[in-house]
Amino acid sequence: MKIFRHPRSLTSAVALVAALGAAPALASDITVAMQLEPPHLDPTSAAAGAIDSVLYSNVFEGLTRFMGDGSVVPGLAESWDISEDGTTYTFHLHDGVKFHDGTTMDAEDVKFSLDRARAEDSANAQKALFAGITEVEVIDPLTVKVTLDAPNGSFLFNMAWGDAVIVAPESIEGIKQHPVGTGAFEFKEWVQGDKIVLDKNPDYWGTPAKLDEVTFKFISDPTAAFAAVMAEDVDVFTAFPAPENLPMFEADPRFQVLVGSTEGETILSTNNKRAPFDNKLVREAMAHAIDRQALIDGAMFGYGTPIGTHFAPHNPAYVDLTAQSAYDPELSKKLLAEAGLPDGFETTLHLPPPSYARRGGEIIAAQLAAVGIKAQIINVEWAQWLETVFKGKDFGLTIVSHTEPMDIGIYARPDYYFQYDNPAFQELIKTLNVTSDPAERTAMLQQAQKIIADDYVNGYLFQLPALTVAKVGVQGLWANAPTQATDLTAVSWAD
Amino acid sequence: MKRNLILGGLLSSLVVLAALISFVWTPYDVAAMDIPAKLRPPSMTHWFGTDHFGRDMFSMIMVGARTSIAVALVAVGIGMALGIPLGLMAAARKDSWLDELIMRGNDLVFAFPSLVIAILITAILGPGAVNAIIAIGIFNIPVFARITRGAALSLWEREFIMAARVAGKSQARISFEHILPNVLNLLIVQGTIQFSLGILAEAGLSYVGLGAQPPVPSWGRMLADAQTMVSLAPHMALIPGLAIVLTVLGLNLLGDGLRDLLDPKLRVRRS
Repeated sequence: MKIFRHPRSLTSAVALVAALGAAPALASDITVAMQLEPPHLDPTSAAAGAIDSVLYSNVFEGLTRFMGDGSVVPGLAESWDISEDGTTYTFHLHDGVKFHDGTTMDAEDVKFSLDRARAEDSANAQKALFAGITEVEVIDPLTVKVTLDAPNGSFLFNMAWGDAVIVAPESIEGIKQHPVGTGAFEFKEWVQGDKIVLDKNPDYWGTPAKLDEVTFKFISDPTAAFAAVMAEDVDVFTAFPAPENLPMFEADPRFQVLVGSTEGETILSTNNKRAPFDNKLVREAMAHAIDRQALIDGAMFGYGTPIGTHFAPHNPAYVDLTAQSAYDPELSKKLLAEAGLPDGFETTLHLPPPSYARRGGEIIAAQLAAVGIKAQIINVEWAQWLETVFKGKDFGLTIVSHTEPMDIGIYARPDYYFQYDNPAFQELIKTLNVTSDPAERTAMLQQAQKIIADDYVNGYLFQLPALTVAKVGVQGLWANAPTQATDLTAVSWAD
Repeated sequence: MKRNLILGGLLSSLVVLAALISFVWTPYDVAAMDIPAKLRPPSMTHWFGTDHFGRDMFSMIMVGARTSIAVALVAVGIGMALGIPLGLMAAARKDSWLDELIMRGNDLVFAFPSLVIAILITAILGPGAVNAIIAIGIFNIPVFARITRGAALSLWEREFIMAARVAGKSQARISFEHILPNVLNLLIVQGTIQFSLGILAEAGLSYVGLGAQPPVPSWGRMLADAQTMVSLAPHMALIPGLAIVLTVLGLNLLGDGLRDLLDPKLRVRRS
């Protein structure tokens, strides 16, 4: 591929050879398709995961970053020192890092980015990541000191999120339409409703990207997605929406199917403040009414791992609590009777568009009906779901996948849409946040998992799989999705 | 041409029969999921195979026929109940402001493609079978109003109506006692055609998720569910598709046959 950057004559010679059919076309670009198009292109001011799916690591980078296996490694900061008491982090930045508009990335930009994210009027969707920061100081252009109000064991993890990437004050104005970052790819164009094109950043500070051009295509319809892959209109489809079609791709020698894990705990979210769900017996009864394996087979065609609590099974701290809510409709009926509802009750089940929710919802409604709970299915679009369920909290049940990494902390927020309010749990999370000892953290995380499983806060269904279809020859893709990202910096075509 | 009538009647009554029987009997419980037995092709145990949840498709087609017929029937009923009086009124007061108002209102509704109106209405009122009925019903009104007015206008010129007018009957009484019985044939034929269009519209609305909501079976949604599974289990798309095609075909043939039977002018011409 290097040859393409050599003088023109050589390039055309190669092109000639390729045209004669003596060698296969040297592909240096790739088309990656996904379902959702980003609403805009600023990852630091929106909750939409689609933004990170396009830009994380490709265009924007943070002080630290996630790798495909979920580990956190240095990003723009090449190293850091942590004070004895764990409250100050001194980051040493890479030298010679430039934004795509040619300006230099230095400590001032880091200070700007962090101060902007944690400001009172910040539009950042994950302000909790920055909550403990009391001060960001520029020591010299390549050194920045961050002071926390208390030790925070997950601070470096927090800084790896897409919401914590480093942006520049010079380009912040137009970031929503024209993102300017430090990554291995730079933004080229966005044709709304169709595609986003990124070009290789020739001046990248780290290992340069192997591809020259990347096109992200947005195909929301599952049938169209299947057709696009089959017709080879796209090279890669991430988070493929129709799991029933994967066996066909697996059998086709043109394609490879990557089945990995995501951070998406798919749950039957329950409005804990609304009767009768405010009664733990009712929630427990529901948990026993659900047959997870039937759900995974029916809605996901077998792709997915059952979970018994709100935690990713691939995480070393995971405790398997599925037995606690094993499928047992008789027990479920008994519990309902004990709760004073021997004939069951009626409620609503809001279902957002993904097939895990729509199909899963039909199955769950049938399973709940078997014990006497009549859940009326209401199919909603995402905007309506956010409005009614997430913000309005006007729902009984809903199915959704929580794709943020390590998000068990949402159970410590009583105003979060499922409205679980347990002071003991909130205390535990508070202690966890200021603990840095790995063993102690693991113990606390396990305790947290057990508390929410014991309280049957929500119905815990399965871990959403990461399903990627790619042409044979595409290498370097992430199989797992430790965060919402399509990291193409190491992707290339096999010879 | 009795062949149309017989074939159409046969197909239509088959569907109606399936719908009626489904009230008392279906081979399987239509809501019962048997996920290990999903996507089975048609066989002796499941005549039409099973869907992606392992539900028996024969039972679903039977109950789905009920949904289709109920929605189309009530929708055509709305169209007739409102459209016919409007058409009679417009004809009775030909060229008056009332006639203008009714017919221009008609044009307004007509100007929009019917399915677009239906989508608009269900988008406002929310998805569901009842709202689908309202939506399909509304675009049936102008059809019946126009056809009633057209037929009634020519009748108003006839001698027997003149006689009724001379006898001092009011316009309303003439409309209902003399005009309506004479346009009824035409309306029955049109009703059959509208009924088949109603079934198509219901299937269309359900297909885009605006018709009957799960778990109520509906042919349109069965098609939508089959969309990503056509290559795995073609019967999932073929069977509801065929059910819709045959029903609509049957009703159209029936309408044609009825017209031949009921329209004396046509009968004379053809013989």
